[in-house]
Amino acid sequence: MTEPLHDVRLSVNGVVHQVAVPARRLLSDALRHDLRLTGTHVGCEHGVCGSCTVLVDGRPMRSCLMLAVSASDYEITTVEGLADEDGSLGPVQQAFKECHGLQCGFCTPGFLTTITAGLEENPSPTAEEAREMIAGNLCRCTGYQNIVASVLRAAELKAPQP
Amino acid sequence: MKPAPFEFVRPASLAEALEVLAANPDAKVLAGGQSLIPLLSMRLAAPGMLVDINGIGELSYVRSDREGVRVGALARHAEVEGDARAREVQPLLGLALRQVAHPTIRNRGTTVGSVVHADGSAEIPVVLALLNGRVAVASSSGRRDIAAADLFLGPMESSLKHDEIAVEAFFPAIEHDAGVAFDEVARRNGDYALCGVAAHVRVSGGRIVSVRTGYLSVCDVPTVVDLTAAFPDGVVTPAALDDAGDLAVAALDPVSDIHASAVYRCRLVRTLTRRVVVAAHEHAMSRVGAEVS
Repeated sequence: MTEPLHDVRLSVNGVVHQVAVPARRLLSDALRHDLRLTGTHVGCEHGVCGSCTVLVDGRPMRSCLMLAVSASDYEITTVEGLADEDGSLGPVQQAFKECHGLQCGFCTPGFLTTITAGLEENPSPTAEEAREMIAGNLCRCTGYQNIVASVLRAAELKAPQP
Repeated sequence: MKPAPFEFVRPASLAEALEVLAANPDAKVLAGGQSLIPLLSMRLAAPGMLVDINGIGELSYVRSDREGVRVGALARHAEVEGDARAREVQPLLGLALRQVAHPTIRNRGTTVGSVVHADGSAEIPVVLALLNGRVAVASSSGRRDIAAADLFLGPMESSLKHDEIAVEAFFPAIEHDAGVAFDEVARRNGDYALCGVAAHVRVSGGRIVSVRTGYLSVCDVPTVVDLTAAFPDGVVTPAALDDAGDLAVAALDPVSDIHASAVYRCRLVRTLTRRVVVAAHEHAMSRVGAEVS
């Protein structure tokens, strides 16, 4: 038996894609398998680890907890969409590089998207607020110290220069 | 870790959704999906059809008036949490929403979905039960209200029929002489609570006239206990708080699981009951005081 396919419009990082997917295709799998945007990582696949976090109309959501067929109304931003227009690192990416905010890098895409949205909401977090911002994302390498430092550094990089 | 195949429909109107639901007994409603999609992925649930209600814009609202807060089926936790008027009309709702999973989950998950998912370890069902709230449900044969007391039948089991959609949850407004508080203990920020307690205290003439508490993650279903009898003099004393803890533990039947033993949960019940009753009492006194001056 072949599964029926649904035509779905996915607008990702400003580019509109047309894909045909089974209803059960998770958004995370549609991004990775159908669009070949493999920057979004899949860890636990039940909403706990945060690796698959993408921005849906600017707000962080778990792409493993959404169906691709439910995602056509939204503008989706993945980690591939976080670089500046000239291809140089965005402020959160730059901060992670400077502060050694990653080791193996598996969890990093979810942190970058979560922090990008978090700094929109709170542009100058305290260390405690930075910790709260990343509390929904798991990292097994860094012990989080350098990720908290990266949040604070990214806030500095994003702040308007005097 | 992928869902089993299912049919998928995305109705544009509530009437259409109800029709599809009535014609397909094996269908399940998808709103935020933050509980349902993990269940599908882990194959703990395998409905034959999903009815995605995310396209029904008329269900996306938060309305507050003097009676209370009305939350439409598509209002995300984050929208309700961020609604200043709702926080004012019933502060307990915002206090509890802050403890629902992580902000990322609250951006997608719906408050009404959390109510009808009827998870005994979820915050919102306890809030609805403690406040004597209700849900409005619709089916192709009409609408009815279900009081919170009649809603939660067992673990993840509500009294909704298969062809019904919960379209609105109603959280009554805080009374002028009442105070509320919420607290929980979890192993990690955003995790399921090992125990959570909501409190509702009313005062009159400077004395306590009613103390009620609601518990999550203690029993299979959200459980409300009346602790007024522990405060016969109408004042908060260490002895009265001890009595309140005794009353609460006697009324509950804590479960043991891999996260916490029943004995440990009893200790959490006592500790958290004390904390939230004190906080809700202070809240009530400050509100009544503000009213007088």
